[in-house]
Parts: sequence; structure tokens; C-alpha cells
Amino acid sequence: MTMVVWFNEYSPSVKASVGGKGASLGEMTGAGLPVPPGFALTTAAFRASKDEAGLDAELAAHLDGLNTNDTNMVSERCSEIRRAIEGMAMPSAVEDELRSAYATLCSESNTDNVPVAVRSSATSEDSPDASFAGEHDTYLWVRGADDVVEAVRRCWASLFTDRATCYRVEMGYEHHTVEMSVVVQKMVRPVSAGVAFTLNPLNGDRSQICIDSAWGFGEGVVSGEVTPDNFLIDKVMFEIGRREISNKTHEFRLTDHDTVEKVETEKERASESSLTDAHIKAIATLAKEAEKHYGCPQDIEWAVDADLHEGENVVLLQSRPETVWSKKQSDSASGGSNGDFMASIVSTLMNPLHTQKR
Amino acid sequence: MPDRFPSPFEIATPEGAEGWQEMYVYSSMFSESRRDFEDSMFWFQDGVHWPNVLTPWDATFFEFAIASLSQYNTRHLQVPPANGIAFRILNGYGYLSPVPADESTIEERVANFTDRAGHYFMNWNDLYDNWMTKIRDLVGELESLEFNPLPEIEDADEVVKSGAGLGSGYALQDNYHRIVSLGLKLWNYHFEFLNLGYAAYLDFFMFCKTVFPDIPDQAIAKMVAGVEVDLFRPDDELKRLARKAVDSGVADAFSAGDVEATCEVLKGSSEGQAWIASFEESAEPWFNFSTGSGFYHHDKIWIENLEVPFEFIRNYIDKVQSGEDLNRPVDAIRAERDRVVAEYTALLGSDEEKGEFEGKLGLARVVFPYVENHNFYVEHWSHSVIWRKMRQLGETLVKEGFWSDADDIFYLKRTEVEEALWDYYNSWATPEAPAGPSYWPPIIERRKGICDALSKAKPSPALGVPPEVITEPFTVMLWGITSDSVSAWLGGGDAKEGELRGMAASPGIVEGVARVIFSADQIGELQDGEILVAPLTAPSWAPIFGKIQATVTDTGGMMSHAAIVCREYGVPAVTGTGFATTNLSTGQRIRVDGTNGTVTVLD
Repeated sequence: MTMVVWFNEYSPSVKASVGGKGASLGEMTGAGLPVPPGFALTTAAFRASKDEAGLDAELAAHLDGLNTNDTNMVSERCSEIRRAIEGMAMPSAVEDELRSAYATLCSESNTDNVPVAVRSSATSEDSPDASFAGEHDTYLWVRGADDVVEAVRRCWASLFTDRATCYRVEMGYEHHTVEMSVVVQKMVRPVSAGVAFTLNPLNGDRSQICIDSAWGFGEGVVSGEVTPDNFLIDKVMFEIGRREISNKTHEFRLTDHDTVEKVETEKERASESSLTDAHIKAIATLAKEAEKHYGCPQDIEWAVDADLHEGENVVLLQSRPETVWSKKQSDSASGGSNGDFMASIVSTLMNPLHTQKR
Repeated sequence: MPDRFPSPFEIATPEGAEGWQEMYVYSSMFSESRRDFEDSMFWFQDGVHWPNVLTPWDATFFEFAIASLSQYNTRHLQVPPANGIAFRILNGYGYLSPVPADESTIEERVANFTDRAGHYFMNWNDLYDNWMTKIRDLVGELESLEFNPLPEIEDADEVVKSGAGLGSGYALQDNYHRIVSLGLKLWNYHFEFLNLGYAAYLDFFMFCKTVFPDIPDQAIAKMVAGVEVDLFRPDDELKRLARKAVDSGVADAFSAGDVEATCEVLKGSSEGQAWIASFEESAEPWFNFSTGSGFYHHDKIWIENLEVPFEFIRNYIDKVQSGEDLNRPVDAIRAERDRVVAEYTALLGSDEEKGEFEGKLGLARVVFPYVENHNFYVEHWSHSVIWRKMRQLGETLVKEGFWSDADDIFYLKRTEVEEALWDYYNSWATPEAPAGPSYWPPIIERRKGICDALSKAKPSPALGVPPEVITEPFTVMLWGITSDSVSAWLGGGDAKEGELRGMAASPGIVEGVARVIFSADQIGELQDGEILVAPLTAPSWAPIFGKIQATVTDTGGMMSHAAIVCREYGVPAVTGTGFATTNLSTGQRIRVDGTNGTVTVLD
């Protein structure tokens, strides 16, 4: 039973055991994309821990008769469950491997107690889209093996947030079959970070790459707490067609006590662009490569690593399929003219839309 | 900021230009009899083709060109939403106003257009081959016309005893009629395909903008690019001759001084003579190339002003000798074009869309050679011959005392030249003194003064009330006139301080020193690495593109010849800024962003 799969060991055959994030980070690493190193603690690790602790029985007890419309009940019962999971002892088979993997990561990074991000990596039936992303399933700047173990348990516990639990109840999923992997990845100390779509989320235009960027860690952008700078760049021509620099009043920054917190940004930096044109193009290049690799529009997370040299400092943190536009049936632009080129030319001449704006 | 331009009837006559109307055909004037119509339309000054005051005879091509365009839209092809373009001359400048088609006729027009334009698109290559034959035949006819002084006595054998029953006086007048008639025929040929070519471009553009709403204009233009067209041939010949001069060891002749001195040196050796023979081979037809748009008698033509091509050759020789590569980056442009096409194709959602994209791009490529080449064959080659013949005629009348300079003939309207020739013929036939020598000079003198006064008054860029939306497709694509540029004219160009906006005509970002010039004569002022700022560039300026970093112009859209040439030469360009030559000055450091269409003053 494999408890740990390193990103650079990933193959599609282990996909189910490492969850969405793990699979994606493994695939990207395999595709040669610049991804910070790390490993996934597999679903087997969670199952082994659950079994040893007899958790399923406890789960069943807490969830028996749960009324999803009763928010107090839900809140109470789910916190109980989460407490149970967080307090769960890990079997040595699991904990030893986890600690060992972390130690390897430290030595490979030449850093004692290398800072890592510990994140839930859900398997697809439970939460297919980002609507479940948010609190409890991401822990940043975790240092030291003890804290890593602790963070892993908290991630497991995030399976039972109020929302996730109600979702499963309503969808009729069995709770004891729920699987989870946890990804442990070396953290980047970012100058700036954010997300990018390999299409324009406003209109679905697939020839564009849309970048949201803020100072510091990307969590603010992902969670929506920080209003980011926005850039639209053409995927083929690499022309930056639109720039909107926002007033970035806050950022997620590493504090003196080694935690990542939301702090106020200095006035001068708040209205400065968080990315140079070179950064923008580097991010677009990465996004384009990721899309090419996966063969469908991507929703990626990236960062500009403060500890790497300019020109090589843009890294990919996450890449997953974009979900909104990919679902839509693309309206055929042919508008029914179907090979009748004259009808199209007539319609072009009649159409006043060619009043070009600059 | 006003929301309209002055009425044509509010525009004052510049001082010293009173009576300018006598220089033009009556129907080309704004007048009380058509005031209601004229005041209801929006007119824009065509600075792209006719940037200068129209001398009376030169106005012929303005009128022929626009009327031919109109004829095809209205009577031949029945372009659905658009009839022709109305034109007027005001204070010496040409103004245009697209005339929409009546809504109630659209359905019928669509049917006719589909049939007639469809025929052209489906048979394009054959019709184009036929067109090339027609044009060459027409140029041949023009070349055959002679305008020599009438003889003292007609030739006994050839004229009298031959039984022809016609003489030199008849031929002289007939030849002039033929010049005028061939001129109109030439413009009919010019517009036979042109509007359809632009319609095909536009269709491709529109499709791209529909499937990719944020696609940069330049991306679309790149996909049509990289095709060898005759418009670049004159410059290619200059390069060939420069290389030949270096290879055959006669390059030193080009430091001898002016053209005459250089030719003296060349004649002194067999290699030099071979070079001259090679030059003459290139010259016909490729150096029938105007330094301007080809529409003015004063535009210099390479073959008649050898100092122009010789100077370009001298520059190229320097480059060859210093090991520089003269070639246009054709391979790079083609490779880039193929990459861009492949990537956008891959982004399309369905096979259906891909098929449509391929079809429209294919059509745009089929029409591209005509759309670019016609410019050489009509505005350069054919016009060059016409200007040459007219000068020959002008010179003949100089000898007969009608005026003092061959170019004075261009101060007569085309109908007046006919009168002058009649006067000459009649005086020869009688014989008696012609009335012309005392009649024409004061008129010419007066008109020169008027033209001078008119050229000092900057014309209003437009007249009348602008429409909410500019819909006529060629106005947008070719002239580069959009609702935005109209607003800029009304605001007098108060864009962001120190910044100009225009069409992102050719990609690249450079910084350098600006050189503002107003005519081809000033090209020699350009220093290496400077940025050329001009009202518009002509295709024949291409030989200096190797010297400069970028171009900035007042007029021109994405598919204007100027923009296309810059792209093919890999020179960054921003066109259609409206105010570059007014707001920028020589010596200023500027940044030209041809990728985004902005020009920033750095000083």
C-alpha cells in the first residue's frame, strides 16, 4: 500500500489515489512545467488511518438523522466530526512515511524545516469544482514535521465542513466511501501571485489568457479577498490587450512569526502593477503550455518566486480544467451560412459591427 | 467639444484664393442647387490619396477614381448596403461622402450582388490573369501616343499619298482624347475587383472578431501576409542592382557625384556598361514608380528622376559592403504567419468553424495579390506614362509659345487642354497666330497663386454632422476612419498629454529620434535609426525602411498600402494618428509601440 507518491513519480495509474490536485501537480511535473517539488499523501493513507481509528462507525453515529436544513444541528455535528478526525492517531505506517517524505523534501531543498503548503486533494465525485475550495483545506507556510502532520489531519477534517457534508447528504453519497489525498508542496515565497485562465472568462474567447495578480501570496486572489490587477493577453500574438491595475489595499504576506497573514499594503505599492510585462508573458507562456498538455482550457495558479532569478522565477502552482465555458455549447460563428461564402460576405457588408474601436 | 464639423457652406475662402472654383469642373463644386443634400451628408477629406491641393488637370484622376469606384458599387455589383461615394472639391481639397443604398432595394441588391460578385470570386484567378493582359495592353496603347509639334508640311508618302485622309492635327487631338479616355478606362479596370477584394478581407476580419472577440487587428493582418507581390519588385530591383554593382566591381562609380558623373564612370568599363544595361532592363516597368501616391503631376517618378533610385542604390551598396543583409524577412514573415494561422485554427471550437476559417482566409489570400498589385500597375506604372505623355504635350505647347514650362499644362482643366489644342491646331491649319500665348499665361499665373494660397490653409478634416456609427466598410478598413478618429478630430486631438493613438499597423516597440517630413523630397533628410513621421508613406519609400526604426503617420488604416508594406518589411508602424505631423517635431525622442498603436513623447 503506497502512502506517498512524489510529483515526479506520478503516473496516470495512481491518479485515483492522489486526488485532483495531486494528479495535476504530478502531471505538470511530468510535462516539464516549473512546479515546486512535493508529494501526495495518498487516499490509502487516509483509509488506513480511518480504519485504525474506527472512524466510520463514529461518522455514522454523528450523521445519523442529520437534517441538512437545521444549520445549528449541522454545525454542531460537523464540528464534532472534524474534532474526531483531527484528534485521530495516525498509524505508524502512515506517519513514518509522511515524516520521512518531509525530511527528504527538506534535504532536497537545502532547507531545514522547509516551508510547505499542505492542501486537500479531493477525489472527483466529492467536489468536482472550485466551489468547495476555501477554508480548512489549505495550510500555508507550515514548517517542521509535527506541524505538517497536524496540517494533514486538519485537511482530512475539511472533508466534513458543513457545506461539504450537506452536499454529500443531498447527493446521496455515502460518507464512509469518501476518499481524500493531501498534497504537501514546497512553498514559494512570492513577490506576487495569482490565477490565470486560458480563455477570457467574460466572453469565453479562447484566444486570450486572463491573469489576475496581487502582491504576496495568491490566496487572496483565489478567495476573492483581494481585488487583483487584471491583464488580458492574446495567446497567439502575446500582445497585452488590456491592463487594469487595481488599488491593492491588502495582501497575504509572510509575517515575522512565520505565518501567512492578511496585512495592509504600503500606499505606494498598492497602486503599482504587481507584474512586469516580462512576468505577464512568462505566466501566459506557462498557461499556454499547461493548456496544450491537458488539451482543454485551464484555470491555473502561479507565483513569482522571490528566491529565483528574473527570467526563471515564474512557477506554476496549480492547473485544473476550466469549468464554466467548457461546459457551454460554443455558438457556431457560422450563423448558418454553412459554406455559402457569398451569404457570409453579404452579411459582413450589411453588419455595422466593423466600426472598429482602437 | 463640438459634436459636428462646419457646413461646407460655412468654410471661408483663404485670402489670395478668391475665384478658385474656376479651376474645377462645375459639378464637383458644392452649390446652392444641391445644398439640401450636401448639408445632410458627412464629408471627410481624403488625406490618404489626395493630401495636397488639386491642380486643375490633376483633379481628373480624383474624379475618375471616385466615380469608377461608385459605378461598380451602384451599377455593376450592387453592393448591398452601399452605393457609391459622392465627392466635391473645396478650397482645392477633395472631400468624400459614402452614399448608402435605399433600404427598400436591399433585397434585390443582395440577389444581384450574390450573382455578380459570386462570379468574380469563383473565377478570380482567370479574371485576374485577364486583367493583367488588359492593363498591359492599355499601357502599351498609352506608350504609343506621341505629342510632337505639328509639322511644317505633312509627309508626302505616309500622310498624303497613303490615302489615309487624316493628318497630324487630327492625330494630335485624337491622341489627347485617347489619353483622357484611357485614363477613365484605367480606373474602370482599377475598380473591377478592388471593392470585392476588400469585401473578402473584411469578411475574414469579421469572422475572426466574432470567434475571437479580443483578437488584435494585427494578428488578422499577419495571417494574410507574406505573399510576394509586384509592389515590392521595384525595391527588389534596386537591391539586385546594388549587389551587382558590388559584385562586378563598379560600386565606386556611385561615389563619383551626381547621376551624370556616376554614369560617365560606368560607361568607361564593360562591367559598367553591363550594369547600365541591367538598370535599363529593371527600369521598364519597375521604375515607373512614384515617390508619392501617383495622383499628382509633381510627384517624382523614379525613371524620370534617376537621382532618386541612384541614391537608394548608393545606400544599398553601403549596406552590402558592410555585410548587412538586404533581404526582406520573407521567410520569417511566412513562418510567423503559418504559426499564427495554425494556433488560431487550433483554438476554434468545431470542424465547421475551422472549415469556414480556412475558406475565408483562403479567399483573403486569393484576393491579396490583386489588392496590392493593382496599385503598382495603375497608380504607378500607368499613371507614370500618362504624366510623361502630358508633359510631352505640355512641352510641345511651350515650343508654340502657349506657356513657359511643360508643367504649366497641369493648370488647365482637362476640357481646357482640349480647347488649347484646338487653338493650336487651328492656328497651324490656317496658319495664323494662336490666341493661346496671350490667353493662357495670365490664367496660369493666377491659378498658381491661388493654389499657393490654398495650400497654406489647412483643410478641415471633415464637414457636416458625423453619423453615430461609421458603417461603410472601406471607409473603416482603408481610410482608417472610425467613430473614434472622428471624435479625435472633433476634440482637436486632445488625447492623453504626450501620447498619440493610432492603428497598431505593424508590430514592435522602439525608441528613437523623430524626423517629421511632409513629402518624398525630404526622404534624404532621414538619418540612420531615426523614426519617420509623415502625413502618409508611399510604397516607393520602402527603400529607406532599412534605415529607420519605425514609421508614424497621420492617415491610413490597417489594410492601407503603407501598413501592409511596413508589415512586410518588418518595420514597426502606427498609422492613422490624425495629428502626428502636427504634434511631433524633428529631434524629439519618442517611443513607438506598433504592437498597441501608441506613440509617446519621451522628452
